[in-house]
Amino acid sequence: MNERPIRVTVNGRAYERTVEARKTLADFLREDLELTGTHLGCEHGVCGACTIILDGAAVRSCLMFAVQVHGSEIQTVEGLADGDRLNPLQEAFREHHGLQCGFCTPGFLMTLTCFLRECPNPTEAQVREAIAGNLCRCTGYQNIVIAALAAAQTLAASPQGS
Amino acid sequence: MKPAAFDYLSPASVEEALALLTDLGEGAKPLAGGQSLVPLMNFRLVRPQHVVDLNGLRELDGIREDDGHLVIGAMTRQRAVETSALVSERCPLLAEAMPQIGHVQIRNRGTVGGSLAHADPAAELPAVVAALGGELIVRSTRGRRVIKAEQFFVGYLTTAARPGELLVEVRLPTSPPRTGTAFLEVSRRHGDFALVGVAATVTVDEAGVCTNAAIALTGVGPTPIVAHDAARALVGAKPAANAFDAAGRRVSDSVQPDSDLHASSEYRKHVAGVLTRRALAKAAARATAKEEAQR
Repeated sequence: MNERPIRVTVNGRAYERTVEARKTLADFLREDLELTGTHLGCEHGVCGACTIILDGAAVRSCLMFAVQVHGSEIQTVEGLADGDRLNPLQEAFREHHGLQCGFCTPGFLMTLTCFLRECPNPTEAQVREAIAGNLCRCTGYQNIVIAALAAAQTLAASPQGS
Repeated sequence: MKPAAFDYLSPASVEEALALLTDLGEGAKPLAGGQSLVPLMNFRLVRPQHVVDLNGLRELDGIREDDGHLVIGAMTRQRAVETSALVSERCPLLAEAMPQIGHVQIRNRGTVGGSLAHADPAAELPAVVAALGGELIVRSTRGRRVIKAEQFFVGYLTTAARPGELLVEVRLPTSPPRTGTAFLEVSRRHGDFALVGVAATVTVDEAGVCTNAAIALTGVGPTPIVAHDAARALVGAKPAANAFDAAGRRVSDSVQPDSDLHASSEYRKHVAGVLTRRALAKAAARATAKEEAQR
């Protein structure tokens, strides 16, 4: 039994696919659903680039198999913007130069999306702790921290803004 | 990097999982949170023929109090333990260790049973369970066994669970009155596996005299190391700085860590002593603070 049919909701859209058991969730999102916003860096759970939100929790999509998400709800970076309109967190990253090459950005955005839901008014130390599991080789993190704090303020000013 | 092909099985009950593990034998690997197993599979360091996914087993997910013990189901997510009010109240050592495991994305998925069954000697949970003298409950189609922590961890990534046996829950004695605990570790980078970690508990009586102490270390041997002698030497006197120093020296002298890429054996021995001293001081201060709060 190497293949299985699965049903999964990604960014509000329902998908039905048959997948090989060994296919990681990250590869499933990128190859089968063509949602290539989720990036793959280390593929062993260290870099955080593949972070997605599974049933409300930020997880590494490289450390799961697609067959395991049958019946689940997933949010990926493609689900953040409203068409061409960036959401407040994405807008804060753009405004405060929270990215350079952009490779790690989807992982940071999904980690922080989850974090700001749980901790809408964070301190700088809390932001740094929250993103400790995501690696960025361009920014030195400072502008990512600034962007996260700015996004928290924007979201607090307009709670329906996300 | 893709795992080798495997048969995927998702049992709906513990009984079904146990039957599968017995029938399929050594070629079958139980999959809990996957935060250790899946990287090993991605690198093809592990190539199980059959993967038995435990994630559908709701009966193994939960934290409850039972007769002076905290009972945690093997499939309870680490993040659930970290955020549990019951855990922080009844088992503060565990609560203090939880955020030091990996990163939040790892703890959202990683399970208590997975970490214990993986038995990495650098991991936090085995040392916490060993320090507290916890018990691990394993089940197979033949029945149920209770294994004391010190007998459970038998070597590097090796436990006393036999083929066909599955870790289903861990029982930890709840913290007695006037007990302070501390979990300290040193790692190269935040969130990395610790080079050395120390779990300590100190219990005092109404006069402030130490009646019980425990010390367990990560990263200094093939299993979590319980420093019985150093802990026992604290009993019978009021906790004091010179006693913590002596315990630290004793631990440092007795452990035999390996050298590796990250740290030499000598460095690990030194850090083990320093962290033991600091962890005992912190635990004792907390025990005494609790005593004063109760007066």
